[in-house]
Amino acid sequence: MAWTRKHLLAMRDLDAAEITLLIDTAASLEEIATREIKKVPALRGKTIVNLFYESSTRTRTSFEIAGKWLSADVINFSASGSSTSKGESFIDTAKNIAAMSPDVVVVRHSSAGAAAILARELPCSIVNAGDGAHEHPTQALLDLLTIRERKGHFDGLHVAIVGDIAHSRVARSNIHGMRKLGMTVTVAGPPTLIPPYAQELGVKVAYRLEDAIRDVDVIMMLRLQQERMTAGLIPSLREYSHYWGLTLDKLAAHARPDVLIMHPGPVNRGVELSPEVADGPYSVILDQVAKGVAVRMGVLFLLAGSKGAGENA
Amino acid sequence: MSSGPPKLREKAEVLDESALDRALTRIAHEILEKNGGAKDVTFVGLRTRGVTLAQRLAQKIARIDGTTLPVGTLDITLYRDDLDMRGAPVVRGTDIPFSIKGKTVVLVDDVLFTGRTIRAALDALIDLGRPRMIQLAILVDRGHRELPIRPDYVGKNLPTSRRETVAVRMREHDGEDRVVIEAPEEA
Repeated sequence: MAWTRKHLLAMRDLDAAEITLLIDTAASLEEIATREIKKVPALRGKTIVNLFYESSTRTRTSFEIAGKWLSADVINFSASGSSTSKGESFIDTAKNIAAMSPDVVVVRHSSAGAAAILARELPCSIVNAGDGAHEHPTQALLDLLTIRERKGHFDGLHVAIVGDIAHSRVARSNIHGMRKLGMTVTVAGPPTLIPPYAQELGVKVAYRLEDAIRDVDVIMMLRLQQERMTAGLIPSLREYSHYWGLTLDKLAAHARPDVLIMHPGPVNRGVELSPEVADGPYSVILDQVAKGVAVRMGVLFLLAGSKGAGENA
Repeated sequence: MSSGPPKLREKAEVLDESALDRALTRIAHEILEKNGGAKDVTFVGLRTRGVTLAQRLAQKIARIDGTTLPVGTLDITLYRDDLDMRGAPVVRGTDIPFSIKGKTVVLVDDVLFTGRTIRAALDALIDLGRPRMIQLAILVDRGHRELPIRPDYVGKNLPTSRRETVAVRMREHDGEDRVVIEAPEEA
């Protein structure tokens, strides 16, 4: 199995073998984090531009560290304090950056499809680091790597994704990835936060937290994306947290003792996760972050590591 | 991927099972002789057959000297100088669960050809720490070096043409212990 794509835009585009190759590559690079000298020369002389139009701590830092550990030159561009604030359009800015011959552009934008537009317009490889409520493939890959390391396999696992499904690109990317790898997915949340097309994605839907977390292997809690909510989709934060917040009591009463608790971050403590659960023994939240660097190294290596790749995708 | 590499035909047997075993026994003795025993010696094998050979050498030294030497696995994909010339390679990971700092590292590979793999392996090793010394053990040296690299221990010197391939087959991977020369089938 060889990697042939030029871009990483969406989990929906990938097949199971490609997802497995990405995860395997990431897993084999994890060891670099434990070295005294955290640097390998694989991407020496390559230039990676982080083009971030939305705020991000984890993802941008993680791509930056990943690129640097692989010896690439990493340049960060954020929309604030740039020519965007002087009125330059997204595509004009991107074309200007492309004129400086980067090998990979990592893009985050609040509009779905932003990464796909760049893939069409720019000559370099594009990595989607989150486009609106559409997809966030590297987050799904690091979640999958975390699950495989903890559970040893994917086959037949049952995952509950809980919270603001409608606005979550993390949920969407994970659903595509998990379904392709043979896992069962249940999404759960208040009806206003469950998208109408949920069933078309091949997932089950639950409207009570207690039903969703029963007998599952993994619980993935999502953040309420208040920045993407236009109208009052929930009555109040307090009510949301009462019905949908995961606490030790609810875990003990309904979930399996070996369940994994995941969260893509940033965590709103006391809203979707009680602090005892976020810091508790089932929680793998910081493990997810560590895996993020390995996954991004794997993605950058496969996209930029060889010229042979990328002519047909 | 459509046409695939040209078909190879076995041309000659270089080492049979017992010759391969004798070569490894001799190398094990040479390693002990050169280093005045097994103290501070560690093995690092290059994926995939170098690792198997390193394990065999470690077993032989355990039998001769009674010392069990650690064996690590090195993947040099991230250090290759031809990444731009190949399809996206598969990284299979490095696993060296001991410190090589201050140790004598015996690097083990099956075939020494251009020397580029060993160049990459030296860079990779040195990034993991500062060994006291690195030595190179090779089962078959087939010539055609492109870099100033020479082995310390050689199982068999074998003049070859560039068109030929040396195939090292090992029980653990191929079901037999044998080294053969293969040449492309005449069209």
